[in-house]
Amino acid sequence: MTPVGLLRVLALGWWFHLKMLARSAFNGVLQVLWPLFFATIAFLMYGLGRGDRALLYAAIGASVMGVWSAVSTSASGAVQRERWSGTLELLVAAPVPLPAVLLPITTAMATVGLYAMVATLLWGRFLFGIDVSIEHPLLFAASVPVTVLSIGMLGFLLSVTVVRYRSGWALGNAFELPVWLVCGFLVPIGILPDWVRPISWVLAPTWGVRAIRESALGGQPLPDLALCLLLGLVYLAIGVLAAESVLASARRNATLSLS
Amino acid sequence: MTALVNAARIFVFGGIMSYRALFHWLTPWILIPSFLVGPIAQILLFAYLGRSAGVASDEFFVIGNALQYAAIPCLFAMGNTIGDERQQKTLGIILSTPAPRVPLFLGRAIPVILNGWLVALFALVVGGLMFSIDVPASAYLPIVLVSLVASFSCTGLGLVGAALALRVRETAVLANVIFGVLLVFCGVNVPLDRLPDWMASVAQWLPLTHGIAAARSLADGASLASVAGEVGKEAAIGVAYVLIGMAMLSYFEWESRRRATLEVF
Repeated sequence: MTPVGLLRVLALGWWFHLKMLARSAFNGVLQVLWPLFFATIAFLMYGLGRGDRALLYAAIGASVMGVWSAVSTSASGAVQRERWSGTLELLVAAPVPLPAVLLPITTAMATVGLYAMVATLLWGRFLFGIDVSIEHPLLFAASVPVTVLSIGMLGFLLSVTVVRYRSGWALGNAFELPVWLVCGFLVPIGILPDWVRPISWVLAPTWGVRAIRESALGGQPLPDLALCLLLGLVYLAIGVLAAESVLASARRNATLSLS
Repeated sequence: MTALVNAARIFVFGGIMSYRALFHWLTPWILIPSFLVGPIAQILLFAYLGRSAGVASDEFFVIGNALQYAAIPCLFAMGNTIGDERQQKTLGIILSTPAPRVPLFLGRAIPVILNGWLVALFALVVGGLMFSIDVPASAYLPIVLVSLVASFSCTGLGLVGAALALRVRETAVLANVIFGVLLVFCGVNVPLDRLPDWMASVAQWLPLTHGIAAARSLADGASLASVAGEVGKEAAIGVAYVLIGMAMLSYFEWESRRRATLEVF
């Protein structure tokens, strides 16, 4: 497959799935509403206890929660969904490599999370008076898509690694809140037990949300942004290898369509 | 006498069969992440958020979130007992039988109440151990009882959701939204007296609010008699939602027959 052809598959696949997901009640509507419940609680709690700076911290973290929410449950069940729809065999038989089919799906899921991100910031602005002013607009504009892309790549890795788990969506659902916690979306990582920190370091959302915070509130987001992107590429590489291995196993054992 | 026995059979065996038929749930692949990992993750998130924001003690978040997580089975399983039947085209067959509706639908609620109760107890025990919550031994049994009442009242709301499943296509979305409303309004993570007045007023009419308040009082050393009022309110709210749910089921069944929309999506 030529690089141009690959890019075309990725771009068209992303656009195609973005349009489908945006029209889904679960992925398009609930994924916007769901993080708002948690953001509301966080705003109420920080509003009671810690003041404006903490509210700003929570507002930015809460806005990124939606991106991960949009990916965690849906990406974990992405392969299973294709299997249930009877399209998995067609996708595997196509000359396009399976990772090039799956990556746009999970990236589109992360992109849908942008709705939630905007909704959460507006929610905080108009209901709680949290005015998030952007200190470095250009870096903020770079941090958001890189974070979304990296979370999409994490979703891709999740989608291929949990493919043997019979109800992947349930497993992905169970990852939703722990990642919010461990990656410091709402709570500073410093107050978590020490053993949690190495886990947060290998998760791209940790660096993504830090980059977004630094670019919005003032700071040096570039190192965080670079780490976020680097981890995303690592997920991609591991995901491609895992996809090939899983696919070879499914072909060998004739289990592709078994659920 | 035969009618009574038949109703009892429908209530007990119909309920058990319906619950077992929720095979999407009755598998460790789903039960472990949804009912065991989920509540602990929620307790951890809010307990650390509470520490960070300096709002309340760990005990406040463990009890609030453990009881509130009973809403997952109470809302989702109850909604699915009707919604799944509708999607799999078996609801029409059930509703064409002369089976009395009260035991038919209430029988489906009993396993769901037990499910929600066990999830809440698991979360209370594990959350309590993780955060070293100090609860007097005399409060254990009363808290177990209050958890059961809270699961019952939440299942009442689940019955309303189940009735809406006769009209609404996306039952999972509906159950998630109701779960989110309970999480925000019921004083689970923000004390009721620190919520905006209108939210605290709404909370008085929702399941879980009074149950959570009673459990927290018990954990602080109050006697069961002193929280009887709260427990009574929780039970009364549950009964009210059950009645509303049954009325809605009856109305939507009648209307779906009239408009031939029972299996239309």
